[in-house]
Amino acid sequence: MEQPFTAAAPPMSPNTVSKALLSVRSVAKQFGNRIVLRDCSLDVAEGEFLSVLGESGSGKTTLLRLIAGFEACSDGEIWMVGQRLDLLPPYKRCVNTVFQHYALFPHLSVFDNVAYGLRVCGTPPTEVRSRVEEALTMVKMCAYAHASPAKISGGQQQRVALARALVNRPRLLLLDEPLSALDANLRRQMQLELKTLQRELGIAFLFVTHDQEEAMTMSDRIALLHGGEVEQVANPQTIYRMPATAYVAQFIGQTNLLHARVTGGIAECGGLRWPTAQGNGPATYSLRPECIVPGAVSPPSEGGCVRFRARLVAQVFQGATKLWQIECPSGFRLMVRTSARGGAGEMDFAFSVEDVVWVRD
Amino acid sequence: MFPRAYKIAVSLPPITWVLLFLLLPYSVLFLYSFWTVTPSQQIVHQWNTSNYRELLQVPVYLEVLLRSMRIAGTVTLLSLLLGYPLAYFVSFHAGARKELLYQLVIIPLWVSYLVRAYAWKTILGSDGVLNTLLQYLHITSHPQQFLLYSPFAVVLTLTHIYTPFTFLPIYAAMEHIPRPLVEASQDLGATPMHTFWRVILPLSIPGAIAGATFSFVLSLGDFLAPLLVGGPSGIMISNIVVSLFGAAYNWPLGAAISACMMLLVIALLFATERLEKKWSLT
Repeated sequence: MEQPFTAAAPPMSPNTVSKALLSVRSVAKQFGNRIVLRDCSLDVAEGEFLSVLGESGSGKTTLLRLIAGFEACSDGEIWMVGQRLDLLPPYKRCVNTVFQHYALFPHLSVFDNVAYGLRVCGTPPTEVRSRVEEALTMVKMCAYAHASPAKISGGQQQRVALARALVNRPRLLLLDEPLSALDANLRRQMQLELKTLQRELGIAFLFVTHDQEEAMTMSDRIALLHGGEVEQVANPQTIYRMPATAYVAQFIGQTNLLHARVTGGIAECGGLRWPTAQGNGPATYSLRPECIVPGAVSPPSEGGCVRFRARLVAQVFQGATKLWQIECPSGFRLMVRTSARGGAGEMDFAFSVEDVVWVRD
Repeated sequence: MFPRAYKIAVSLPPITWVLLFLLLPYSVLFLYSFWTVTPSQQIVHQWNTSNYRELLQVPVYLEVLLRSMRIAGTVTLLSLLLGYPLAYFVSFHAGARKELLYQLVIIPLWVSYLVRAYAWKTILGSDGVLNTLLQYLHITSHPQQFLLYSPFAVVLTLTHIYTPFTFLPIYAAMEHIPRPLVEASQDLGATPMHTFWRVILPLSIPGAIAGATFSFVLSLGDFLAPLLVGGPSGIMISNIVVSLFGAAYNWPLGAAISACMMLLVIALLFATERLEKKWSLT
């Protein structure tokens, strides 16, 4: 009965146990009067794949640009393994960036693009050759070493940009929506390759994206940004199952937001009642559509079940599952995701109490 | 696809313009270069190449042509030295003052060429601003004559007039350099100096070639600046053409010089265009 409904301390992924590689501390950024980031704090662990997820205008690209050094913080500090990063010019920071539109040098060949970072550091030519070849092999672009960037496809440019950013062996790689310019199939393939590469190299990735599916499939942890603020930082399972705020619950997947009123440990919304740890007053809860089960059989639950009758109003076929819209006698409507066949009129439904998650507004 | 009639209607005015005001006059000029003038100043319509032979035989023409090229070359070099850093600064480091600075460079182009050339006369002359100042500061005791009516004055005036023409294509080329390239360069560890040499310079070379071509070709054919501030030692090839068409009344010889100059300039334009193509990418 007494489940922790609050989204307190999310379980740590194994990666976050090691000490922070990059630490963003209370960083704010203003352009004139426009506040783009406010009080933004974030840690990236050694070897971790962290996605910064958010809609356009959420400040995610600005955060990346602050870390790379293309913009200066208005407030706060950025640290990298005991060094103050935000006071260094971009060329002295040991992070590398994969740009959204790759930003390959058009006047240099693929080889020279990848060699750029080594050459400006005065690496001897023989080492440049071997390391560039190694980097190009890693992204399977050896055959194109002497091609001009303009002559290769978008996916290939992406690989070259990746090789160019990795050749300097950064401890942290920043990726600014690197896959957004690719078509869907290629994007899925590149997601897999990126993830594999990241595991093999053990380099921490800070991956900026607006695509929640991408973030869910690739990340060790996701930092969800909204209106220049960090809404939640957690691993994908936690962020899905235990969203901290109503925004997170709605942004990641689909959900039913229940605007309930709590009296004496019982929350009530649209005729449905469930026990809660929240104090008296209004409270918002998230209930995923797949957590509502049709039929008389209760879902397995430790914290008890809530049963109710509702009428099926509409349904949408979505391949493996169907999305139903049901209406309680009170007129309150809910979404239900089910693989059940048939179903019509008045039916029984149930959900477990632990699936109703309290969220901040 | 556009209908045929539309295409003809659209292309007719420019074609007519080119035919009437470019091809026709040039053809007439070219024809004249093969005719001769009698001592009684009659133009004889008789095919011969005596004008071209005279050009090669009388040393003064070649001398003046070489001087013109030297002056044009110096002007090109100076306007590149002034225009390139200016374009770089305005494009990359001017920040909020970018528009203002750009306009300041452009504004002199609104002022008549003649006025700007005359301005130098009042600055460089014996009673001019510069000489008065030098004497006032007791740097010199008497007016310096070399300032006005010399190749120096011509170079100075032409550089002043043509630097904006050099600036513009360089600035345009720099504005077209995607800023993420500059960021990528810094991101990969390149200092601002490295970034300039390895990214900005190579990508702005086509603009610099275009700008250099402008100032070279325009100053090579200039006749007003040498007329106003050049004096006898600052005479350029166009002044000779002007006098041949005017006082000397030797249109055929003037036409021959013009034809040679035109071929020279066309060859130059072809060469620089190829150079630009070689340097520009995508």
